[in-house]
Amino acid sequence: MRLAEIRDTKRDLYYFQLRLGVAGVVVLAAFTVLFGRFFYLQVIQHQYYDTKAEDNRISIVPNPPNRGLILDRNGVVLARNYSAYTLELTFSKIADLERTIDQLAAIVDIQPKDRRRFQRLRDESKGRDTLPIRNRLTDEEVAKVAVNRYRFPGVDIKGRLFRQYPLGEVASHVVGYISRIDDRDLERIEESDQSGNYKGTDHIGKTGLEQRYESALHGTTGFEQVETDAGGRIMPGKNVQKLAPRTPPVPGNNLALTLDIRLQEAADRAFGENRGALVAIEPATGGVLAFVSKPGYDPNLFIDGIDPASWDALNNSPDKPLNDRALTGLYPPGSTFKPYMALAALELGTRTPSQTIFDPGYFVFGNNRFRDATAGGHGVVDMYKSIVVSCDTYYYMLANDLGIDNIARFIGQFGFGSRTGIDIEGEFVGVLPSPEWKVKRFKNPAQQRWFPGETISVGIGQGYNSYTPLQLAQAVATLANDGVMFRPHLVDYIENPITGERTHVEPEASKTIALKARNLEVVKRAMVGVNKEGTAARAFAGAGYVSAGKTGTAQVVALSKNEKYSEATVAEHLRDHALFIAFAPAENPRIALAVLVENAGFGARSAAPVARKVLDYYLLGKRVDKPVETAHPPARRTDKPAGPAPALGEPADAPAEAAPAPKEDEAND
Amino acid sequence: MIRRLLERLTAKIDGPLFALVACVLALGLATLYSAAYQAPGRVGAQALNVLLALVLMWVAAQIPPQVFMRYALPAFVLVLVMLAGVALFGDVRNGARRWLPLGFASVQPSELMKVAMPLMLARYFHRHEAALRLREYVVAFALLAVPTAMIARQPDLGTALLVAAAGFYVIFLAGLSWKVIAGGSAVVLASLPVLWGVLHDYQRRRFLTLIDPSSDPLGAGYHIIQSTIAVGSGGITGKGWLGGTQTHLEFIPERATDFIFAVYSEEFGLIGASLLLVLYLALIMRGLMIAANAPTFFTRLLAGSITLTFFTYAVVNMGMVSGLLPVVGVPLPLISYGGTSLVTLFLSIGILMSIQHHRALVQT
Repeated sequence: MRLAEIRDTKRDLYYFQLRLGVAGVVVLAAFTVLFGRFFYLQVIQHQYYDTKAEDNRISIVPNPPNRGLILDRNGVVLARNYSAYTLELTFSKIADLERTIDQLAAIVDIQPKDRRRFQRLRDESKGRDTLPIRNRLTDEEVAKVAVNRYRFPGVDIKGRLFRQYPLGEVASHVVGYISRIDDRDLERIEESDQSGNYKGTDHIGKTGLEQRYESALHGTTGFEQVETDAGGRIMPGKNVQKLAPRTPPVPGNNLALTLDIRLQEAADRAFGENRGALVAIEPATGGVLAFVSKPGYDPNLFIDGIDPASWDALNNSPDKPLNDRALTGLYPPGSTFKPYMALAALELGTRTPSQTIFDPGYFVFGNNRFRDATAGGHGVVDMYKSIVVSCDTYYYMLANDLGIDNIARFIGQFGFGSRTGIDIEGEFVGVLPSPEWKVKRFKNPAQQRWFPGETISVGIGQGYNSYTPLQLAQAVATLANDGVMFRPHLVDYIENPITGERTHVEPEASKTIALKARNLEVVKRAMVGVNKEGTAARAFAGAGYVSAGKTGTAQVVALSKNEKYSEATVAEHLRDHALFIAFAPAENPRIALAVLVENAGFGARSAAPVARKVLDYYLLGKRVDKPVETAHPPARRTDKPAGPAPALGEPADAPAEAAPAPKEDEAND
Repeated sequence: MIRRLLERLTAKIDGPLFALVACVLALGLATLYSAAYQAPGRVGAQALNVLLALVLMWVAAQIPPQVFMRYALPAFVLVLVMLAGVALFGDVRNGARRWLPLGFASVQPSELMKVAMPLMLARYFHRHEAALRLREYVVAFALLAVPTAMIARQPDLGTALLVAAAGFYVIFLAGLSWKVIAGGSAVVLASLPVLWGVLHDYQRRRFLTLIDPSSDPLGAGYHIIQSTIAVGSGGITGKGWLGGTQTHLEFIPERATDFIFAVYSEEFGLIGASLLLVLYLALIMRGLMIAANAPTFFTRLLAGSITLTFFTYAVVNMGMVSGLLPVVGVPLPLISYGGTSLVTLFLSIGILMSIQHHRALVQT
């Protein structure tokens, strides 16, 4: 019994030690696996993990470049930079955003407007961790925030450069604006492989030249390596010398424009409260001298995110200030079409200058009677008179004789219905009517057919005709330049601010229209006649130079056969548009322009005076109205009640020369 | 006179075990100094913890194993009651109910269970040594399962794992049939899907991120990714003491506690890691030797379980930091900052020493 027990104990001990041995083997095996793992990580994969550790600690800090300036042809600054402080919030470090903003509002001025703008920014840029709640802090505010910094983790003051457009509304559509980079911009940046260069850049050109010349203006971002901890804080460090040397940023290039901003301002003022567009071009180069779309807007509002109230005011205004009318407004050219029709007739041999027609006040085609704007007609009319008095009947007949194909082919040479290729984005193409265009435009076979009757209205610039003011200006510049056509451009040269090296946009003729000098002479002489003794004679009375022009009126609503257009009975926005094209001096044109005044009635009465002021200013240096001393015209808000604009001739700021003209003058244009 | 006193003091302290422990402690304090460079007070606090734990170890070494056996059952019941108390009115910290407020101090009964569990089971098997049948093992598993489940529910997966391991080692060493082990493993494997359903979300995520840490690089995977980078970037010789960039730029989370091994291997490299493995291995081997020579069933089981639990600590922690095992809250023994785990560890080591010292006395 006792022996058995002892044996049992021994056997138990043996089994126990066996099990301990098994456990020991497991321990050894486990430690071997661990050693293998360490060996794998620290020897075989060492390089990989070492790189990872380096990536962890070394951050590349971008050093964004200064954006290039935009200057007019005389060096007046249209877009510049100034440095100021912003108050920025980093979401990942802020527990309660609303409370933090509330507390901040006790120290710095944070308006509900700022909060709404901030909210909008957040919605638009979801990926960003840091966004500004306030820009342009005063020195006092900077000091206050700095003193209270310990209370606000995740709130930082940052110094950076701000874009500013010192002239505000003037040339807003040309210069455009920059604004914060949004998701769509990011996509574009990535597609163009510019992601690296936009690290640290918050803004990008959104419209106008700022957009078109983004790559020239932006510059090259510099980079610097720093050691950061896991929280992203930069360590002042002993390891810095091991890092790669910093590369400095290269500032963006400056843009020097062909635009004359004083001329632009003169044109702006000449419009008064009217809506419309004006494009003035130097015929010999294609350089744009003035590019006006009225009303404008203050581009400064957009830079750091427009507040919703201002946005609604701009976006919902019936005057549509954000539309670039010169570039994207499509209007029938009206009678400004006639000089080109006349030239077509001469070039194609359909008319001679002296050949006359009799105008009874209408032209009958089939069952339709096309009325001349002057009741009773102009009697016997030759080509010179047809342009000077703007005789419709002459052109009804001419259109019928030329036929739509000839009209489209000839007129198309002047750029009507094609993009001019100007250096801002978004240009509209317009409509040069032709049977081919109709086939493309309409799906329904019944609508695709071209009716001969439609040709008749095309002859006086109505019907399907619709062009941008820019196209009208390019056409008249080409006419002034005897058929040698230039691509209109706004930038004269791009200047490297460091080396001073200039890259010119060479004025190169894009094409030359084959025109006989004799024929050009006839048309130009008739256009001089318009300003001397014709429909624009009153507007150009006493001008100190010889100019050539043509008035036009574009119908907004088609009138039925027996209806007579009456300015008084038609709603303001349905009234006719006034047009005027001109160049001067007639012999050696230095400027050609197209003016459009929306819903202002006859071209002679409201568009020609605008042109007169612009030409006076450019050719004589004559300041019209009161000269503007300040470079900061107060931002004009479009918050006036939406209603009809003041009728022409009523307000005090209506052009002085534009007193209601005698009926004979304005009846036809 | 002084020599006499010293001899009296060290009489029951196991020399080799103490030397190994001292080496690891020294490495630990040096690493902690680097890991907690921002809070230098921690090194002092840890030194104080070590002193306190050493005293406890000394006391435990003085107590004969029979006394431990006598108080095993009351201790187990007491800790079990405390665990129930935690479940009912424990303090919630960091989302887990682990602490029992006792008025003067807060204690973690789950930590105490790490010692109470092997004591209890070793005593149980010792009592039934003469006739161990399946029934005894079933009872033992029940004694193991209840507190483990209570701890796992707190939730504290790391401690539950160690308590379960401590208990299981006793059962294993007590001679649990290999057939039962094989069958049990099969059952466990089969019930994994059920276990999956019981786990907390964050626990599941830890397992998933172990398989693919990059699936959640800023969330649950962050710990594993950063600690693996730290270990790997250490290379063979390491970046030098106080030279770890992952450590000093705060990329390693929990770098003074559960992830201190990442700091250690970043700064001391493969050489340092191997040294630590050797020290741990020697420690474990010494513990197994003590178990092998222990006089009674109770002391054998207890010494074996304590040693293997220590091994579990080390392997789970190092495996976790190097990305081999999921993230469970298990500290690196004798190195991680924190008083509680030091106290239980040194208590266990004290018990080991007591067993070693008193072996001859019992055998006669």
